Amino acid sequence: MNRDERIKTLKQAAAERILFLDGAMGTMIQRHKPDEATYRGDRFKDWGQDVVGNNDLLTLTQPDIIAQIHVDYLEAGSDIIETNTFNSTSISQADYGMEEIVYELNVEAAKLCRAAAEEMTAKTPDKPRFVAGGLGPTNRTASISPDVNRPEFRNVSFDELVKAYTEQTKGLIEGGVDIIIIETIFDTLNAKAAGFAVLQVFDELGFELPIMVSGTIVDKSGRNLSGQTPEAFWYSMRHLKPFSIGLNCSFGAEDLRPAVVDMAGISDTLISVYPNAGLPNEMGEYDELPDITAGFIEDWAKNGLINIVGGCCGTSPAHIKAIVEAVRDYAPRKVPDMEHKLRLSGLEPFVAG
Amino acid sequence: MTNTKSTAQFINIGERTNVTGSARFRKLIEADDYEAALSVARQQVESGAQIIDINMDEGMLDSEKAMVTFLNMIASEPDISRVPIMIDSSKWHVIEAGLKCVQGKSIVNSISLKEGEEQFREHAKKVMHYGAAAVVMAFDEVGQADTEDRKFEICERAYNILVDEIGFAPEDIIFDPNVFAVATGIEEHNNYGQDFINATRRIRENLPHCHVSGGISNLSFSFRGNNALREAMHSVFLYHAIKAGLDMGIVNAGQLTIYDDIPNDLRELVEDVILNRRDDASDRLLDAAERFKGQGAKAKKKDLSWRKEAVGPRLTHALVNGIGDFVEEDVEEARQSAKRTIEVIEGPLMDGMNVVGDLFGDGKMFLPQVVKSARVMKKAVAYLMPFIEAEKIEAGGEEGANSSAGKILMATVKGDVHDIGKNIVGVVLQCNNFEIVDLGVMVPGATILEEAKKHKVDIIGLSGLITPSLDEMVAVASEMERQEFDLPLMIGGATTSKIHTAVKVNPHYNRSQVVHVIDASRAVGVASKLMDESVRKDYMAEVGAEYQRMADNYVNKDKSRAPIRVARANRLVPAFKASPPVKPAFLGVKSFDDYDLGTLVKTIDWTPFFSTWEMRGRYPDILEDAHKGEAARALFEDAQKLLQELVDDKALTARGVIGIWPANAVGDDIEVYKDDSRQEVIATLHSLRQQMERKPESGKVNLALADFIAPKESGIADYIGGFAVTTGIGEEVLAQRYEKANDDYSKIMVKALADRLAESFAEHMHMRVRREFWGYAADETLGNAELISEAYEGIRPAPGYPAQPDHTEKQTLFDLLDAGNNAGIKLTESFAMWPGAAVSGLYFAHPETRYFGLGKIGKDQVEDYAKRKGWSMEKAEKWLSPVLAYTP
Repeated sequence: MNRDERIKTLKQAAAERILFLDGAMGTMIQRHKPDEATYRGDRFKDWGQDVVGNNDLLTLTQPDIIAQIHVDYLEAGSDIIETNTFNSTSISQADYGMEEIVYELNVEAAKLCRAAAEEMTAKTPDKPRFVAGGLGPTNRTASISPDVNRPEFRNVSFDELVKAYTEQTKGLIEGGVDIIIIETIFDTLNAKAAGFAVLQVFDELGFELPIMVSGTIVDKSGRNLSGQTPEAFWYSMRHLKPFSIGLNCSFGAEDLRPAVVDMAGISDTLISVYPNAGLPNEMGEYDELPDITAGFIEDWAKNGLINIVGGCCGTSPAHIKAIVEAVRDYAPRKVPDMEHKLRLSGLEPFVAG
Repeated sequence: MTNTKSTAQFINIGERTNVTGSARFRKLIEADDYEAALSVARQQVESGAQIIDINMDEGMLDSEKAMVTFLNMIASEPDISRVPIMIDSSKWHVIEAGLKCVQGKSIVNSISLKEGEEQFREHAKKVMHYGAAAVVMAFDEVGQADTEDRKFEICERAYNILVDEIGFAPEDIIFDPNVFAVATGIEEHNNYGQDFINATRRIRENLPHCHVSGGISNLSFSFRGNNALREAMHSVFLYHAIKAGLDMGIVNAGQLTIYDDIPNDLRELVEDVILNRRDDASDRLLDAAERFKGQGAKAKKKDLSWRKEAVGPRLTHALVNGIGDFVEEDVEEARQSAKRTIEVIEGPLMDGMNVVGDLFGDGKMFLPQVVKSARVMKKAVAYLMPFIEAEKIEAGGEEGANSSAGKILMATVKGDVHDIGKNIVGVVLQCNNFEIVDLGVMVPGATILEEAKKHKVDIIGLSGLITPSLDEMVAVASEMERQEFDLPLMIGGATTSKIHTAVKVNPHYNRSQVVHVIDASRAVGVASKLMDESVRKDYMAEVGAEYQRMADNYVNKDKSRAPIRVARANRLVPAFKASPPVKPAFLGVKSFDDYDLGTLVKTIDWTPFFSTWEMRGRYPDILEDAHKGEAARALFEDAQKLLQELVDDKALTARGVIGIWPANAVGDDIEVYKDDSRQEVIATLHSLRQQMERKPESGKVNLALADFIAPKESGIADYIGGFAVTTGIGEEVLAQRYEKANDDYSKIMVKALADRLAESFAEHMHMRVRREFWGYAADETLGNAELISEAYEGIRPAPGYPAQPDHTEKQTLFDLLDAGNNAGIKLTESFAMWPGAAVSGLYFAHPETRYFGLGKIGKDQVEDYAKRKGWSMEKAEKWLSPVLAYTP
């Protein structure tokens, strides 16, 4: 299948059934207990600063580990797997002094992912697999000042974010992704910059990929870090005409339910949700068992709230397997029509008329 | 398809954060005073703007930088950034810079075909990529559209490009078909109103899902200066344009006259013009314009003979009469003949102020006049300061001895927001050559003491209006003792008293002396004695001895109280059966945004306004008083003028919330229920009972507010109401502006008027509740005087006041009303309301309700109350300290 056929197939599949994303990348990497040497591999053994914790670097230095994680998720039943590129922007890689290899990180991560997906599609032709290129939030916020005494100050600008995301998007597309996913959005302005970059790249290349948009809620107020309600967030991102809108990370599935209900009610596109495996315990570990997570998600499916589900921090192939088994027989949420109304937002939504 | 809309759906876009439309906002931005500029934005949101328009297009400004800075600052203010932003500029680069700062979905104002299709497309695509909606002006390569056809054709062309060619969402398009001035005397302009209205109708009918907006005030441009007429024109125009499909506008909605309220003859004249119904419409309206001007400023003939005198007497005259017009030229003249500039202040200006001080001391001048004198003095000093500074530098540094009479720190204590009295005292002291360090309101004790050390002040003055502030003053006094301060402490404010100062504050501060100051006119006497080495010691000893005596007597005066058990048995039992509670016309909470100030002006009770200015006497008699009449009239006239400005400029915003809920009394508490099923208790209001010893034969009862509500066990369905209203939104911005302009008079005046408007609002809302929302007195007809004398059924007592002195009950009321969100009023840690010009309370409807004072209460009731509220005894005694009949 070429890209256009794959996108068509993806849209068809989404109309027929609930689709499954993969689970956590970081949790799976940690099972290998990688040390500084593992991260460096051969190529970066003389790198001038520590790189331990730079998970995205493993794409280049330990491709087998990453490829195996992709395969594990595909075998668990994921329809869509995500590239290992959460921090593959020049802004985030600056922490390791690795801005220079960002483009390569994205191209290679996409290729690795693509190969795993192709291989699995060949094995299960009735269930084709797709690759989503992930754009993370970066470690900076465009609408929040890091200095309380200078509220007008910002440590990253919209233009800087656009530049970084443009580079990342181009790399991912070159590596062969089917979907662009802007995820773990805690500051909507960062995500708008990502969206702006993606649209510009589409214009430049002359074709478009489906865009998935996924925000994260920071506390029980149900708002993201930059203060928006889910509805306001949706109106801020709706101009991307995304393939799906939804939530990931945040807290566990249980506490995410009210926000999922909110978003399902107001969005005229697919809903995606991939929560953490519960809340971290006192050791900072996620210990919600697969069946528990799956149970919560089954409740959403039963109530017709979701189209695409998966897992975030703390989830494993076992979680995905449990979710697939619990949910696959439910019909996907029906996308409602929305009236033509002027829908604006500040921190809160405003609908005219 | 038709898109007829009611005015209720009309979207109101806040217009005051626009440098081209608001001189005040422009000045703030030019002065880099973004904090104050933010409060302008906040005020708009608080007063109900659904979107705020931000425009920084001013030649002298770096518009792009100002836009970015302001938007970034707004992003840190959740109470502003909750609403969408309209990014308004004629320069694309400013718009684009703005779009990069907002996380929400905003509106771009504006794009157009002015520079051709290519640029229009490019800008529109960018707008889409940034995720915004857009105002599209009816403007093309030829120019701005003026006729109906041109307006429609340009909009249609733009629509087709946007929707069909580039995929712009049609609901995200807001057309602005250009409102132009009518009745300009130029014949071609006569149909502009009709052109706009017709074009609007065609746009809404033919271009699906889009919106139409306009800048309404352009319409009446030819009648600048005649606000009454302009408002009528706007109102008539909107009436027709909204019917045609106009659904958004940058407009000062609060200033609009209601269409039906416009006098018939005026409405017809205006309608003739706007709808272009007759050839001579403009002329007829012009002829009539003067008649409808309202109370225009009548130029008074001024007596300028005093200008012929020498400069010294001229300055005295200006100071005594509060005339600032010539003061700068006069001090300049005085400066020319002085050796050093400081001599102008120490000489003629102080001479003049001494005359003011003497006249005030003799009761021949009144406080408002003195404050006006101070304004002139400040203006003079402000003019002279640069010269004095320059001379200082020339002289090589310090200027030698400080000539002030003393340095006094003044502050309203933590948790309290009231500062009119403090400001007045400050001004009067300044008039008498004291230097004032004013720390403002809600000042923590630690800050007061730190600043006192830093500024090396001679006296500390504390002010407060609500009862919890009394405790705060005691705390400051104790801390002064602990930190070994040796400065006199002055105490003032409405709830403070000599007895409280003597009994509660004085024992905690022995190093120096605390003195209670009853009003501003005494402040100078007290401060002067405290500063005068020759009398200071004796004076302090005298005050100390008096306070000691008062405290001794007080301790002996502990009154005996009826046991709470006995008091409860002697409760009031209203005739609930004979006169059953009226079921309210509505239950729940109702909020009022941007309430018409004009309505509230009419019901102001003026008597307390004069008291604020320390002029006692009943209004309107005081205006004719032989002694005070002249000063009272001048004050009243100034007040009217400022009030008119406040209403016209909508500088203050009135917001309020009321609620009515099912309720029943349970003992001395009142249970408030979610609904009439009375199953779910959503709040419990606690009341306190009088414990005076009553002789059975007196027939007098021991009242508690709970008596006014039918007891639960009676099975009678009763109700209680509550309210919180403010007219203080915007007050701080104004006060700050006047402060910067050295205009204490107007600053105090604004606050005093805002307070009066808030009281009027409370009275007005109570009337509507009685007649309309609760409706238990639907056929009541009372005039203003009767309303002021409360000749109606039902009461509206406030927590913290005589019937229920526990301020913390306000929190329960505020939670029920969600007063923070519904009326923009917050509570401080001492339960003072912010903004300060606010009133809250409960509504009781039964005909037997009446206001009463609790009096002192016994320990048995305090113990019981603590238990009911889930408080420790210590906490109960703290909050009830003003009413305890015993010493804890």
